[in-house]
Amino acid sequence: MGSKLSITLLALAALTTAAQAQDKNSDVVARGEYLARAGDCTACHTAAEGHLFAGGRAMPTPFGTLYTSNITPDPATGIGKWSADDFYKTMHSGRFPDGGLIYPAMPFASYTKVTRADSDAIFAYLRSIPPVIQKNKPHELRFPYDNRQLILGWRTLYFREGEFKPDPAKSAEWNRGAYLVEGLGHCSMCHSPINALGGTSQSDAFKGGLIPMQNWYAPSLTSNREAGLGDWSIKDITDLLQTGVSMRGVVYGPMAEVVHNSLQYLDDADTRAMAVYLKGISEPSPPPPPSSTLPTTESSLLISLGKSVYDKSCASCHGTQGEGKPPHWPPLANNQSIEMQSAVNPIRMVLNGGYPPGTKGNPMPYGMPPFAGLLSDNEVAAVVSYIRTAWGNRGTPVSAREANELRSAPLH
Amino acid sequence: MFARYPALAFAIATLAAMDGAAAQTANQPPDTMAARVEACTPCHGNKGEGTNDVYFPRLAGKPAGYLYNQLLAFRSGRRKYPPMNYLLEFLPDPYLEAMAAYFASEHPPLPQPAPSEVSKEVLAQGELLATSGDADRSIPACVSCHGPGLTGMQPGIPGLLGLRAAYVSAQLGAWRYGNRTAKAPDCMQLVAGHLTEADVTAVAAWLATRPAPANPAPVPKGTYALPFGCGSQPN
Ligand code: HEC
Ligand code: HEC
Ligand code: HEC
Ligand code: HEC
Ligand code: HEC
Repeated sequence: MGSKLSITLLALAALTTAAQAQDKNSDVVARGEYLARAGDCTACHTAAEGHLFAGGRAMPTPFGTLYTSNITPDPATGIGKWSADDFYKTMHSGRFPDGGLIYPAMPFASYTKVTRADSDAIFAYLRSIPPVIQKNKPHELRFPYDNRQLILGWRTLYFREGEFKPDPAKSAEWNRGAYLVEGLGHCSMCHSPINALGGTSQSDAFKGGLIPMQNWYAPSLTSNREAGLGDWSIKDITDLLQTGVSMRGVVYGPMAEVVHNSLQYLDDADTRAMAVYLKGISEPSPPPPPSSTLPTTESSLLISLGKSVYDKSCASCHGTQGEGKPPHWPPLANNQSIEMQSAVNPIRMVLNGGYPPGTKGNPMPYGMPPFAGLLSDNEVAAVVSYIRTAWGNRGTPVSAREANELRSAPLH
Repeated sequence: MFARYPALAFAIATLAAMDGAAAQTANQPPDTMAARVEACTPCHGNKGEGTNDVYFPRLAGKPAGYLYNQLLAFRSGRRKYPPMNYLLEFLPDPYLEAMAAYFASEHPPLPQPAPSEVSKEVLAQGELLATSGDADRSIPACVSCHGPGLTGMQPGIPGLLGLRAAYVSAQLGAWRYGNRTAKAPDCMQLVAGHLTEADVTAVAAWLATRPAPANPAPVPKGTYALPFGCGSQPN
């Protein structure tokens, strides 16, 4: 009788510890899912209409096409046989379990900053999703880039292995923001002149962070002349990151993808931490003297044509004074993203139009029509020159040739 | 006095509502679907009636389920037209559903049939294919799915009226070359696969000559049985 009772008690105790362990485990899995969102793994590892994390998505680069890997727990075609150590080695050191070198298109140069605990949580989450049997597609890289030994050269130049080290002089909030932006957020992969996707030659031609193959300019996050957020309020920054729209401007192109798949899922505290950090790293820089490569007569003709195009085609949404109806119809007056030295983004915006991403905070965004079929190269150049210079904006005029070149930019 | 009170209340309410509306339009775009789809209307017309461009299709009045399926297919890239693939890429399902419902509920009149550029014989061949098909070549009549009045059926089968010949042949071509696919089983791919270039020209030309029917609305789901299964038209 007594022994029976104690067995029952023991069994009960075992059950509760099992349940506790399971609870703890499901907490870790939930945390891992959140962190995988922060790392935007899905942007690359899930193909359109494909299974979650089964890979197979094509990543065009100047050297050929890479295909992302299956990171579901299938033992034969995914990472089902990997240990948490193997996974950490990939995230932290950019190496396969056997020591082989991973292409830097997988953003390990940023993920190296992720802590071991966070890496383990992501791994626990990836082990919990349904396994998918799908063999990895071989990369299609041109000679000599198909030789992984070349990655060694890249690593020597650009890769600094090491977890994030908090700056004791800064607040905990700033450090949390830095950890997310520099680590899982892999923001520098796009927002920097040296581009892990492509190397330097292409971006030199356009300066700053033109994303190779996509022809979008990812502005500097430190210069207030570009996307530096020094004079933005914290609320405008968190709105932009969480909902895709703000009183100061909107996201579009590749940045719409980042907000859609990743940033909208971050909680308020983390979003705020990122905003505090981003505001903190901006370096106030004096406006440059406007310098145009176009002769003055040509630009004044362009700008007067631009005003008539603007009044006819744009003012109904963006306002006659570029004031917009923010946040949904963004203001163009005093909007950094159209004044930058590179005019690629505003030209593409006019050619392709767009919708900000649909997010929890803005589920039914307003859109802008594409004007590629409605305006000539000259009219596109004119209206972009106009919005870059009207209402006190400090951009420079652009030429019809620049507008024409971007007509063939890929849309996907 | 008592009689005037409700009227006064009504007037205040109306004024308040107008005030609100005015304040809203001053700082914010109208909170309507019409304002949200302004990105679409230069190509599809304000009410989805179509534009002068012969390749830009009419959307108005098509079954909402059909339009929604197309928006999903454009978003994923399964149906290819880069300007639309790009616009829709980051829009969530419920929003695409709302856009589809919006255009489905608009009813601008169908356009006048265009004078045809093809011969009478070709038109006759088109009519034969559309209304009777060609059993020897395994081509079912278009009306067997698109309806006796060619007005389509809820929720997934579109009407074929009000479309220009160039658009219809481009779509049939897209199915034949795999640029457009629908949910499996993709019955239109089977149909298009059996058509020759000449058949496509004929049937597209004949469809474009059809006058608007008295009631252009798609018939309710299940009004008639399809000759074989279509993934976009659940039983
Ligand atoms: C910008 C695109 C991109 C993002 C974002 C990305 N990856 Fe990758 N990942 C790749 C590519 C490309 C490869 C293949 C690299 C190679 O073959 O050398 C890869 C490979 C891997 C591998 C190696 C698997 C194998 O067997 O080949 C793992 C594990 C992995 N990624 C996990 C992740 C996780 C976890 C995240 C999010 C925290 C993530 N990736 C985010 C592009 C990306
Ligand atoms: C129907 C309303 C509408 C019209 C007309 C319109 N736009 Fe827009 N515009 C928008 C919306 C909505 C966005 C946000 C789009 C996005 O995030 O993809 C936007 C974004 C922009 C941006 C990027 C702003 C930012 O914050 O970075 C520029 C530049 C721009 N529009 C210029 C123009 C020009 C020039 C025209 C006329 C040729 C025009 N727009 C016509 C609604 C409109
Ligand atoms: C896939 C490439 C890519 C990644 C990754 C990326 N960005 Fe961007 N980002 C862009 C591009 C391109 C633009 C310019 C378009 C725009 O303004 O929306 C941009 C614009 C911005 C802007 C300016 C928006 C405005 O309205 O002026 C901010 C702020 C920004 N990014 C922050 C971030 C942060 C923070 C991260 C990391 C969490 C990040 N980005 C990751 C490509 C990227
Ligand atoms: C630049 C012009 C353009 C714009 C802007 C545009 N479309 Fe389209 N749309 C087209 C063309 C062209 C097709 C036919 C594509 C093809 O060949 O398959 C099409 C097809 C469609 C179809 C399928 C119609 C059918 O009968 O199969 C739907 C639905 C649609 N568009 C909705 C929209 C919505 C909603 C928007 C705005 C978010 C939009 N379109 C914006 C040009 C445009
Ligand atoms: C077995 C049923 C079936 C038959 C027979 C059939 N269709 Fe269809 N058709 C469909 C369905 C279902 C769709 C919608 C497919 C989708 O969801 O994209 C469709 C769509 C179309 C479209 C696209 C309309 C648009 O607005 O883009 C055209 C054009 C078309 N059919 C023409 C024809 C012609 C011509 C014939 C006769 C030669 C025909 N169909 C016979 C079922 C059928």
